[in-house]
Amino acid sequence: MSSVIKVASEKVSAVELVAAALEKAKKFAEYNVFTSLNEKAALAKAAEIDKKIARGEKAGRLAGVPYALKDNFSSREGKTTASAKMLENYRAPITATAVKKLEDEGAIMIGRTNLDAFAHGGSTENSYFGATANAHDKTRVAGGSSGGSATAVALDIVPFALGTDTGGSIRQPASFNGVYGMKPTFGAVSRYGVVAMASSTDTIGVLAQTAEDTQMLMGLLAGKDEKDTTTLDDFLAAAKSEKLKIGVISDFMGEGVDDEVAKLTKDYIEKLKKAGHQVSEVKMPILKYALAVYYVVVPAEVASNLSRYDGIRYGFRAKDAKTLGEIYSKSRDEGLMPENKRRILIGNFVLSSGFFDAYYLKAQKVRTLIIKAYNEMFAKYDVLVCPVAPTPAFKIGENTSDALKMYLGDIMTVPPSLAGLPALSVPAGKTASGLPIGVQLIGARRSDAILMGLAAEIEGLK
Amino acid sequence: MSENMAKDMHKNMYADMYEMTVGIECHVQLATKTKLFSAVDNDARGKEPNACVSPVDYALPGMLPMLNSQAVVLAVRMGEALGAKINPRSHFDRKHYYYPDLPKGYQTTQFYAPIIGAGKVVLPNGHSVRVEHAHLEEDAGKLTHFGDYSLVDLNRAGTPLIEIVSQPDIHSAEDARLYAEELWRLATYAGVSFGDLYHGNMRFDVNISVAEKGAAKLGTRVEVKNLNSFRSVERAASFEFERQAGLLAAGRGAEIRQETRGWSDATGKTTTQRSKEEAQDYRYMPDPDVPPLNLSAEFIAGILAEMPKLPAAYRAAFAGAGIAAETVEIILGHQILAVRLLEVLELDAKLAVKVANLFTGTLLAEENAGLDLSVASGERLAELAQMNEGGELSSTATKQVLVELYDTKNSEKSAKILAKEMNLLQENDDEALEKIILGVLDDPAAASAVADVRAGEMKAVGFLIGLIMKNSGGKANPARARELLLKKLG
Repeated sequence: MSSVIKVASEKVSAVELVAAALEKAKKFAEYNVFTSLNEKAALAKAAEIDKKIARGEKAGRLAGVPYALKDNFSSREGKTTASAKMLENYRAPITATAVKKLEDEGAIMIGRTNLDAFAHGGSTENSYFGATANAHDKTRVAGGSSGGSATAVALDIVPFALGTDTGGSIRQPASFNGVYGMKPTFGAVSRYGVVAMASSTDTIGVLAQTAEDTQMLMGLLAGKDEKDTTTLDDFLAAAKSEKLKIGVISDFMGEGVDDEVAKLTKDYIEKLKKAGHQVSEVKMPILKYALAVYYVVVPAEVASNLSRYDGIRYGFRAKDAKTLGEIYSKSRDEGLMPENKRRILIGNFVLSSGFFDAYYLKAQKVRTLIIKAYNEMFAKYDVLVCPVAPTPAFKIGENTSDALKMYLGDIMTVPPSLAGLPALSVPAGKTASGLPIGVQLIGARRSDAILMGLAAEIEGLK
Repeated sequence: MSENMAKDMHKNMYADMYEMTVGIECHVQLATKTKLFSAVDNDARGKEPNACVSPVDYALPGMLPMLNSQAVVLAVRMGEALGAKINPRSHFDRKHYYYPDLPKGYQTTQFYAPIIGAGKVVLPNGHSVRVEHAHLEEDAGKLTHFGDYSLVDLNRAGTPLIEIVSQPDIHSAEDARLYAEELWRLATYAGVSFGDLYHGNMRFDVNISVAEKGAAKLGTRVEVKNLNSFRSVERAASFEFERQAGLLAAGRGAEIRQETRGWSDATGKTTTQRSKEEAQDYRYMPDPDVPPLNLSAEFIAGILAEMPKLPAAYRAAFAGAGIAAETVEIILGHQILAVRLLEVLELDAKLAVKVANLFTGTLLAEENAGLDLSVASGERLAELAQMNEGGELSSTATKQVLVELYDTKNSEKSAKILAKEMNLLQENDDEALEKIILGVLDDPAAASAVADVRAGEMKAVGFLIGLIMKNSGGKANPARARELLLKKLG
């Protein structure tokens, strides 16, 4: 049974549900899951919903269900920090469309979850508020950038959480913590009100405990929003339940992939076969360029999107800044994390006069070739399969001194992001030492429902 | 030799030896209801600072642009007015720089693929200026500097602009002004802009270089930025020509630097603002938040079907009716008068000539400033001109009625009714007129003039007609009075 539906249908009050979630959040404080708890407002809202139910009024499909919100979504409840000193005291005057949709269904946000500052990173170690620990091993990273959201769901503090995925930020922490993590087709869910990282690959999705919940929640979140002109009309209706043609991306099954990761992925593929789906190996050699393309295009957009944090209108302003130049340089120097600055530097370099053609434009051309390669593949296959990440969760501090090694961890999640494809991280068991592993299901644009339907089908076989 | 004479001599010498080459970038503020990317009032006139600012304009985290379709429609119209190709596919780019009046840290503009392609503007003197392209972009806010602090007003931030970039086809300060004026006419006639120069609706950047006549290579280019009147465009071009020619003539051409200069109306001079070495790298990048603009042929055709008439159409019609070119240019300065004159012309071409002269001679005279030029319809104007033509109204009376026609409280009254009310209809009744003439002839004060006329001194006729007009209360038709008077004096 779906945990969200279970929660919603349990004969307990919304206040009890929310109080229990808040209690768990406090109990697991050492994991550093939350940047702030929304205790007062959440309990007041829960009481409101209980009254509505008592009066026999409609309270929404998620009435009283507590959830956690990645701290880069604007909401009028609490501060929207993006885990950055720059926005440490920023209170949004608007509500993100995704948050509004959940609120309208009666869901209750109990706290804001930790992330790499401005979602730059894959371990949540780049947070101004410190790293979040993995739900299965406190000495290991939660993954990132939606590390707090993944750990919150894995520790069962909440049945689901909202996240954002630009190059793997939902899928990888979901994999590291053993929960479902859905990155939808680009444009499926409105980005309005979400602190932008890279506009052309930013997506909004959920981290949940079951495939069924993932499906239901994505259905609620998706749809056209006039405030985000890149959104698509809702296409998440129902999945076809026929037998699928599935391709296993062999490029991501060999060298550089942890043995246990490869083994657990193969086990999952066996389940797919047993369920009657037609599985074969495919080669996509072009994908080896995806990481290089990603780390040109995304920093360019990052540098541009972070230009607004200038210490003038809101956000952090360095106290000792005396001139306009100093307001800019000192506020940004002190308000941004080293990883933010690294990406801004790379981005401004690849956009600068004389280098634009050689880097940014070239990268966009290769990106087009990657999209073409996927299109050709999806003419023959319904779903592609590969691991989410080459390794299970690594130790906190293990990769922090080596940015390149950290970036290499994104090698399997980045390609679908560049092509705007839906991709789902499905829990696929644990390593001998008890670390969860996720398998990635990738589909053609707008085939999100097929991926979630397939995951639900395999989940049901257990 | 006085200093001024020396200056004039130099001027003439420079004009013989050197030639200026000018290209103009013009920013036109669009007359849209809301801003380019946010649903906030685009007209901040008379409003408190920062009263017209949305979270999008303020560049809060997570805010996304929503392209204003009205701005796209106006851009298509502007393209048509410039005789330019409308590009079916264009997109927006980000131009990055830091300044407190630029909330996002970048201006959203069209750098790589503008909506309007190459076009051409023909000046009233027949010279033509090619348009390289024109693009949509957003305006920045405004800074006001005080002692040790500055205040930011973002009311203007996000206002839609069209930047029109000309080719360097202009070779005189006068043509620079004529081009600026023609752009103003095109933008206002097409309904693209209110064209309120006082409120900065149009701003001009003049790029000017000077070289010896016939030289194969252009001189060093200097940009004079942010000119907000036609006169300043002409004066700045003229000043720069003399400054640069002076340096060239003195063998100090190397001192002409590629730079941005500012213009002061008060001093009549340009001064250095920023040199090329300090120029910024804008790191242009396609804006991933605004989908590319794809305009179908049907969409463009639909806009062009509703296109208002442009100055060229009026010029052709008015010239065809025999209205003097100079008169036409003055009238074209007021679109509503051109519209009314065309209404008259469609009724009667001969009357149009009369109405045109009434416009330039009377309606636009300084003492009538402040009249609402839209009040009188073509029909009412034609009636007025017809009454003058038919001898019912004297020229003076016609002018008097014209001014009343434009009084809003008379908007329901015809020229004839007004003339009657004002008691200005001419006396064409011979019997009444003869009575007045006989009275004058009997007037002892007229006796010597009467004698003079009888003796063949025709100069004295004027004096007698003056008396007749006076006694008729100004209503006598002077031509008929003259005929009858001479008959009497036989």
